Amino acid sequence: MKHETIETHAGILIVLTLIVISIGGLVEILPLYFIDDTVEEVKVDGIESVRPYTPLELRGRDLYQREGCYTCHSQMIRPFRDEKLRYGHYSLAAESKYDHPFQWGSKRTGPDLARVGGKYSNEWHVQHLVNPRSTVKESIMPNYGWFLENPLQFNDIADRMRALKLVGVPYSETQAEYELNIKNFGKEVANQLDITQAEANLIEQAVSKNYDGYIAEITEMDAMVAYLQVLGTMVDFKQFDDGYFATFR
Amino acid sequence: MSKEKKSQTVQTTGHAWDGDIQEFNNPLPTWWIWGFYITVVFAIVYWFLYPAWPVGDSYTKGMGNTVEYTTKEGEVVVTHWTTRALYQKEMQAAREQQAVQLAKYSKLSFDEIKKDDAMRAYAISVAKVLFADNCAACHQPGGAGLISMYPSLVDDDWIWGSDYKQIETSIRSGRKGVMPSFSKTLNEKQIDDVAYYVLNYSSKQNDFARVKNGKEIFNTNCAACHTQKGIGNIQLGAANLTDKIWTVAGITAKMKDKDKINSIKQVIKNGIAREMPGWENRFSDLEIKMLTFYVNELGSKQ
Repeated sequence: MKHETIETHAGILIVLTLIVISIGGLVEILPLYFIDDTVEEVKVDGIESVRPYTPLELRGRDLYQREGCYTCHSQMIRPFRDEKLRYGHYSLAAESKYDHPFQWGSKRTGPDLARVGGKYSNEWHVQHLVNPRSTVKESIMPNYGWFLENPLQFNDIADRMRALKLVGVPYSETQAEYELNIKNFGKEVANQLDITQAEANLIEQAVSKNYDGYIAEITEMDAMVAYLQVLGTMVDFKQFDDGYFATFR
Repeated sequence: MSKEKKSQTVQTTGHAWDGDIQEFNNPLPTWWIWGFYITVVFAIVYWFLYPAWPVGDSYTKGMGNTVEYTTKEGEVVVTHWTTRALYQKEMQAAREQQAVQLAKYSKLSFDEIKKDDAMRAYAISVAKVLFADNCAACHQPGGAGLISMYPSLVDDDWIWGSDYKQIETSIRSGRKGVMPSFSKTLNEKQIDDVAYYVLNYSSKQNDFARVKNGKEIFNTNCAACHTQKGIGNIQLGAANLTDKIWTVAGITAKMKDKDKINSIKQVIKNGIAREMPGWENRFSDLEIKMLTFYVNELGSKQ
C-alpha cells in the first residue's frame, strides 16, 4: 500500500493507527493472563486467603475512590527492605486480584495504605479522618468530616456487587455459585459474598462492629473504616515460608 | 548561508498537496539515528540476559543472571534474576549484619540491658525508630500521648501496668479499655455527686454531704473496677483516680474545679470504648522486646 493511499483515506489511517498503538499493550499486558505465576497461589488448608470485599467494605472502597484517596496514598508496597520495615511485607498481585480497578496508585503524598488494616484502632481512624491534625500534628491531609454526617447509601449494594461479578469477582447469585464459594473461601466468607443477602450482611456488619462509634445510624464512616481495617490483613504471612512468594517470579 | 538558500537545497518527499504544497524531507541528525540503533541493540542484548519474552504459560528467564539467597528457614535458593529474589538477598544481608548484635539481646534480661550503657543506648535507638513508624500516630512522637484520647507513656500513671511483662502483653495483644456509660443508670444529680467524689480523691473538696452521697454511689457502681480506695485495677485497665494524672478525662492542672467536674461527668455519661490494636503480627519477638524496654524507659519507674 502506498504512503499516499494511507494518508488520503481517513478510515484506513484510523484502523492502521489503532493497530500500531495497540501493539505495546498487547505485547506487555496480554501474556500476563497466560503466565501461570502472575498471580500467586495463596491458600491455607485449601482455603483461599484473599477474598472479595464484604458489602460494607465494598462501599468503603467506593468512597475511597469517590474521595480520590488514591491520588495521595498508594496501596503497593514494593519489595525493598526499607519499604518492608515501614509498611510490612511487600504487596502480592493476589492481594489486588479482586480490585477493579486496583488501587496501587502512583504517588505517595501520604503513606502507603496497603497494610494499614489493624494498625490503628477504629476510634483513631474516625478521629483522624475527621481532623487528621488532631492525631498527627504535621499532617497535610484534608478533613473528611462528612463521612460522619452522611448516612451510608446502600440500597444499590446488590447492583454494585453484580457489576463486579461481571468482571470476574466471585460474588454469588445462584446456589451453585454459593457452594463453589463455600469450597474456595469457607462458609463464613461465602455468606458475605452472597448477593441476595448483601443488604442484610452490610447492616449486620455495620451494626455489630459499629466502626464509627455511633449506634443510631450507619454512616459513610462505618464503610470507610471497615475498608481501611481490612487492607492488607487477608494474607497471614506467618503461614508461609520466607521466600515462598519469591518463587512466583 | 541564509535560511532561504538552505531551504532550496533540502529534498522534498515528492508529494504535492493542493497543487503546490510540498513536504520537506529533513533527515534526523546522525547522532540521534545512532542513539536509536544503540537502544535497539541494547534491547536485543537485554532479551538474552534478563527475563523478557512470554512463552506459553511461562517466560524466558535470561542467562547468567542467577541470584542466590538463603531464606530465614536456612534453605539456599538459586534462581534467575527477579526483584523478589533481590529483596530476599537484601533481607538476608541485613539479617547477617545484625545477627551478632541482636543475638546478644535475645539472651539478655531487661535488667541486664538496662545496666549496660552501650546495650541500653542501642536498644533505645532501635525502638525509637519502630515507635515513630508505628506507635507515634496515637501516642505521639516521644510518647507524650493526647490528653483524654491516647495515654501518655511518659508520666507516672500506668493504666495497664508498668513492668516489662505487662508492657509486653499490651504491645503483643493490644488492650481494650471499656467503661460503660452511666447516663441511663444514674440521674443528673447522682452523676454530679459521684464526679465530685472522684475529684475529692486527688484534691479535697469541702461539701461533705456531697462527698458522702457521691461515695455511696461510687461504692455501688464504680468500686468494682476502680476499687473503693479509687486506686484502680491494672488487670482491668481501670484508672487510678487518686493521683493528679488524668488518663481519660481531659483535665489539666490549670483548670478550675468546676470544669474538672464537668470533664469527669462527660466520662461517666459517655463511658469509654477505646482500643489499642495488637502488634504481634507486625513485630518480631526481638522488636517487641526492644519496644517494651523503650516504653518502660519512657515512663518514670514506679
